[in-house]
Amino acid sequence: MSDAAHNSLVAHQFDDARQQQEAATVGMWTFLITEIMFFGGLILAYMIYRNQFAESFHAASRVLDVWVGCFNTCVLLVSSLTMALGVRAAQMGDRKKLVLFIIATMIFGAAFLGVKAYEYAEKFEHHLVPGPTFHFHGVPGHEHAPNAEIFFSLYFAMTGVHALHMIVGLGLMTWLLRKSIKGTFSKDYYNPVEICGLYWHFVDIVWIFLYPLLYLIDRS
Amino acid sequence: MSDHSEHHIVPLKVYFLVFSALMILLFVTVGVAMVNLGPFNIYVAMSIAIIKAVLVVLYFMHVRYSTRLTMVVAAAGFIWLVFLLGITILDYTSRSWIPGSYQ
Amino acid sequence: MDTTSTVERVSATGIISDTIRTNFLNADYGIKSWLLTKDHKRIAILYLISITVFFMIGGAFAAMIRMELITPEADVFTSEAYNKVFTTHGIMMVFFFLIPSIPATLGNFLVPVMVGARDLAFPRINLLSWYIYVIGGLFTLTALVLGGVDTGWTFYTPYSSTYSNGYVMLTGIGIFITGFSSILTGLNFIVTVHKMRAPGLGWFRLPLFVWANYAASLIMVLGTPVVAIGIVMIALERGLGLGIFDPRLGGDPVLFQHIFWFYSHPAVYIMILPGMGVVSEIMACFSRRHIFGYKFIAFSSLGIAIIGFLVWGHHMFVSGQSSYAGIVFSLFTFIVAVPSAIKVFNWTATMHKGRIVYSTPMMYALGFIGLFLVGGLTGLFCASLGVDIHIHDTYFIVAHFHYVMVGGSVMAYLGGIHFWWPKMTGRMYPEGWGRFSALLVFVGFNLTFFPQFIAGYLGMPRRYHVYPPEFQIYNVLSSGGALVLGIGFMIPLIYLFWSLKYGEKAGPNPWRAAGLEWETTSPPPTFNFDYQPVVDHEPYNYSEIDARSSATVSTHSVQEEQHV
Repeated sequence: MSDAAHNSLVAHQFDDARQQQEAATVGMWTFLITEIMFFGGLILAYMIYRNQFAESFHAASRVLDVWVGCFNTCVLLVSSLTMALGVRAAQMGDRKKLVLFIIATMIFGAAFLGVKAYEYAEKFEHHLVPGPTFHFHGVPGHEHAPNAEIFFSLYFAMTGVHALHMIVGLGLMTWLLRKSIKGTFSKDYYNPVEICGLYWHFVDIVWIFLYPLLYLIDRS
Repeated sequence: MSDHSEHHIVPLKVYFLVFSALMILLFVTVGVAMVNLGPFNIYVAMSIAIIKAVLVVLYFMHVRYSTRLTMVVAAAGFIWLVFLLGITILDYTSRSWIPGSYQ
Repeated sequence: MDTTSTVERVSATGIISDTIRTNFLNADYGIKSWLLTKDHKRIAILYLISITVFFMIGGAFAAMIRMELITPEADVFTSEAYNKVFTTHGIMMVFFFLIPSIPATLGNFLVPVMVGARDLAFPRINLLSWYIYVIGGLFTLTALVLGGVDTGWTFYTPYSSTYSNGYVMLTGIGIFITGFSSILTGLNFIVTVHKMRAPGLGWFRLPLFVWANYAASLIMVLGTPVVAIGIVMIALERGLGLGIFDPRLGGDPVLFQHIFWFYSHPAVYIMILPGMGVVSEIMACFSRRHIFGYKFIAFSSLGIAIIGFLVWGHHMFVSGQSSYAGIVFSLFTFIVAVPSAIKVFNWTATMHKGRIVYSTPMMYALGFIGLFLVGGLTGLFCASLGVDIHIHDTYFIVAHFHYVMVGGSVMAYLGGIHFWWPKMTGRMYPEGWGRFSALLVFVGFNLTFFPQFIAGYLGMPRRYHVYPPEFQIYNVLSSGGALVLGIGFMIPLIYLFWSLKYGEKAGPNPWRAAGLEWETTSPPPTFNFDYQPVVDHEPYNYSEIDARSSATVSTHSVQEEQHV
């Protein structure tokens, strides 16, 4: 196709870079709404059971460490900031900063997963993983939780699926890092950075909801 | 061919302001959880989470500077989530035999 | 401009070029050029072949069901084997044939051409979706070979999560993976329709087929992830011992039904909406009229897609859902019938005073309207809370949804395949055989499923392989009809293959139809058009086309024109 605006950075099916960029953004957002619905199923289950087993959920939630969760939220919010700054660096064509911010994002993302792994290990030790070995002790004053196993099933399902998304995100970041070191991105072509950024922020948003839902049910 | 007027570059100040707001809201939500508000704890916590999510969507995800189509797509996701949650909860809250439902 | 220069002449059968033009089929040869293609038209052909395979597997299992049910006793299968047979029939037909049927084949081929684009927005993702589909299919086939699954295609908990000893996990993984292929197709369509329309092609100049596929894409994107997480939860429960639906821990198995039907009811609209799009195209073309109520048909597609998300609980009237919720779901179900009815009225009005041509696609489209009407109206019986208690889980339900899915979707699919076959392959199919098989499918279908309404109303339950002897007459009729239906499906398979080599060459526009896809050559070149198409007229301008062409030569096969 002999389109004046065509160059190697614009795929054959698009007329110009702007159409390509808008299509990529809308495409990513369309994918993200599928992700919203994906987590929606878990949030639905959470909502129903929390409403039904209020007492168990209050007691079970107290077992989780608020401050570890809070720390992890901070880590993730910082990673979102570095990601946003990375996209900005890409927009300005600043390759060095882009590489730096992607590395920073990856470090914070990995830190989040590390803390999560520590929390999981602790749950294993305390027999809080659903299954035949599950045994709920609770914290003093809040020992009674007949349906605690449901809470922990949801805890592992929700945080597990979230962690899986983080791992996918780290994979995307690795890919971005390689490409940005090679100098693929420029002022005129930074779509991949932008849409990977959208994904990263989305995973952050999911955690913004999971943290109060799982850790902050009742702390008074 | 590159049309730079379309690529809105958000000033650094905005990113840092939004980030500070997110951190402040995080500590507010932890703080509020320590106070017994009865059934209102969950509403406060969810309101704060929604504000945080909206901040991320509008500024970090650039929806504020995007086309209207992007805004519609983003909104559709949340509307359909409300369909899923709202209608199902309608069933559970009207089952008289379940604790927590309206009798 | 990468096609060879051509000398065109006007022949008795329309405009046919003397030299062979470069098109998407002969642009490149070899298995690699197909398996690594990014051309949406080739991917559509890949999908066409693979869904035909799954349709035949599903059909074989349907034949087994009908064979078993000829007599009231258990002759062929044990109860457990029968459970696996009907489960496999359902899973193959629903997830691997009906859902991808029209969108992934006809939609994939036509949506970019109809909007005047060179390809879909994300060609690589399109190819990926086919691979994902095949991988998902292989998982499910593996489960089938190893011993199958017996939960029914609905995977209800706690049977699927705890008690069933079939290959639930493997089948579930297969369906989960295939779900992604559907999401990616939908995503591609949405972005393409929004961002890739040709100059002058505003929303209200889009063919209704594009509108219908757009609406179906919304459902694929918004619904599929919900059933995906449902399957994940079953897998976590079955595989890792988490308990989300486990009643022993206080979990609610009915919650799974909510999650499952939130997708699986709208999924019915994924199946039927593109079919409605096909019928709109065929109806206008063979009535030689502008489609009646264009905007009503377009918006009713969106209406069905949106309201369709609010009705899922009508599958759960007797599963322990609250009766108040039942009332709400029943009400929404009645409301969703309105946009469907609007479409039927508009098609009927389109035919009124049209010059109807009884070609094969038109016969399928007319069959669609009749059968969809029966399927839709019996749907209203099922949506009434009181009536549903009587007919729930009986053959009445089976007959109802087959009228919608087979009488609706499959008829439209076959009609669409015939209508666009000349465009896809550049060859005409044999018209006489086409009409004969369309008639055979219609008769066979009714013979198969109408008796099931009666048997169901009289109380024959579904999913059992033994039944009281008084139902035998209906089952024998039904099995006989299935044979006719099967032959009706085999004939097109044979003559369509035959036509690839021996069919008459089709010109760019054998039906004198409106729409961008008919303005390019048959088969289209790799990038669809040799020029940038610009749209400067309204859609379905059949009166203009006929006025123009009455002066020049008449094109293909307008043999039996009748004035109505």
